[in-house]
Amino acid sequence: MKKSVFELKSSRLIAEDVYEIVLEGDCSDITAPGQFVNIELDGLYLRRPISVCDVNGNLLTLIYKVVGSGTKQMSKAKVGDKFDVLTGLGNGYNIDVKTEKPVLAGGGVGTPPLYMLAKKLIAKGVIPYIALGFADKKSVFYVEEFEKLGCKVSVATVDGSFGTKGFVTDCIKNDFADADYVFTCGPEPMLKALYDLDIPDGQFSFEERMGCGFGACMGCFCETKYGSKRICKDGPVLSKEEIIW
Amino acid sequence: MVDLSVNLSGLELDNPIIPASGTFGYGREFAEFFDIGILGSFSFKGTTANARFGNPTPRIAETPSGMLNAVGLQNPGVDEVIKTELPNIKKIFGKPVIANVGGFSVEEYVTCCEKLDKCDNVGIIEVNISCPNVHNGGMSFGTTTEGAAAVTKAVKAVTKKPVYMKLSPNVTDITEIAKACEAEGADGISLINTLLGMRIDLKKRAPIIKNVTGGLSGPAIFPVALQMVYRVYKAVSIPLIGMGGVSTAEDVIEMMMAGATAVQVGAANLKNPLASKEIIDNLPEVCEKLNIQSLKDIIGGAH
Repeated sequence: MKKSVFELKSSRLIAEDVYEIVLEGDCSDITAPGQFVNIELDGLYLRRPISVCDVNGNLLTLIYKVVGSGTKQMSKAKVGDKFDVLTGLGNGYNIDVKTEKPVLAGGGVGTPPLYMLAKKLIAKGVIPYIALGFADKKSVFYVEEFEKLGCKVSVATVDGSFGTKGFVTDCIKNDFADADYVFTCGPEPMLKALYDLDIPDGQFSFEERMGCGFGACMGCFCETKYGSKRICKDGPVLSKEEIIW
Repeated sequence: MVDLSVNLSGLELDNPIIPASGTFGYGREFAEFFDIGILGSFSFKGTTANARFGNPTPRIAETPSGMLNAVGLQNPGVDEVIKTELPNIKKIFGKPVIANVGGFSVEEYVTCCEKLDKCDNVGIIEVNISCPNVHNGGMSFGTTTEGAAAVTKAVKAVTKKPVYMKLSPNVTDITEIAKACEAEGADGISLINTLLGMRIDLKKRAPIIKNVTGGLSGPAIFPVALQMVYRVYKAVSIPLIGMGGVSTAEDVIEMMMAGATAVQVGAANLKNPLASKEIIDNLPEVCEKLNIQSLKDIIGGAH
């Protein structure tokens, strides 16, 4: 874990209220896909945790949706603005698992961490399936980016305005029925639906209101089969077998 | 050279900075960010006789210049703390620590203090009679003079270590509670714990915190804490550890001028894991600007 200053290099709107930003700074403590950073913003007491989408050297890519005062403030930042950022937070996904046909299932802004995960899996010689769920066509992002990595991508929207009408679980049932492992990040009902699918094992990234983001305050926690865990420090990724549902 | 050292009931601290209980865990996470050996001491996570899972989530909400928490004294219980956490602390922190103790009955406070009395790296026992986040979580002891007196008397009987009673601001007159603790032999007073508060999620039309209410901390409560330290300093003659929204070296000096011998830093650690270090780093320069040669000289200096 590290606290350092990052500079905004670029910011672009990639879907309705969804921004992709690139920050430059010390990324050396970001060691696994699925980790997050915690960003300090002027006038707001708590930092804003945002999952890591990608790291290239000292360039950090993040994707967030404007949902409140913090993300609204971020969306107004200008190139060159500085941010105080805690990096290397959370456990992230473990890619050293037995799988030949993993599916990476993302729901809305749960999609970004799956991008770095896909790259890491491909580097290991495993090309994952990508199943993405969004509310509607206006909310869809990163389909081309995943395709450029060489992945098969299947998209579902709740209203059917893009891809399959339905949910990520429909994408998996229709297109990736042979998936042997699931890595996922998204809203909890989606995680539960994926948990209930007939895929033997997987890793699930959870979300919770956090105080510190680095394991000190016990603000975010959940019960697992191996005792209570802090979402921010022992998570956010939990393995299927330890989740109590 | 500014002398930052202070003395708390015989415990010599290199400086008055003590991360507050519940905001510093057992020190481990912070040791990843800086050498915690520079701290005066730290008060570890509130400990109860038995393990507690704490409250359901969400437990945290943001507020103007602060935050609410309703963690609910989640901890592994005193036996596990003594077996695992205190030896772990020893590895990363070579100085005596402050053991923060919570309870639901006088007997529970006694059990914890009796056990912690035998731990050599515990320098002070801080007895929390002011947790706002658990039913009967000590706050009932901390809101009446009789309750505060009963706990103080009972724990003083089972430990030779200095006992600091940690008081709630959610009372009519905190000086009366402090006096009751002093009368029963408390070695010092820690104040203040969090102020009771709440936030509502507008879209859900429901409290953000599952526990409905939580404890408010952060800079928002600093002036409240300061006036309470100031008034309690006048009311008792035992040393005070002042806390509540302290975020800068200037806040520390203000708190000491109000009457605190040492100062705890709480929510600031959660916002900035380097907060306590930055305060310690800044203290000498701020003291020099204010012509302070020794921090001991300014305790109660505003009176």
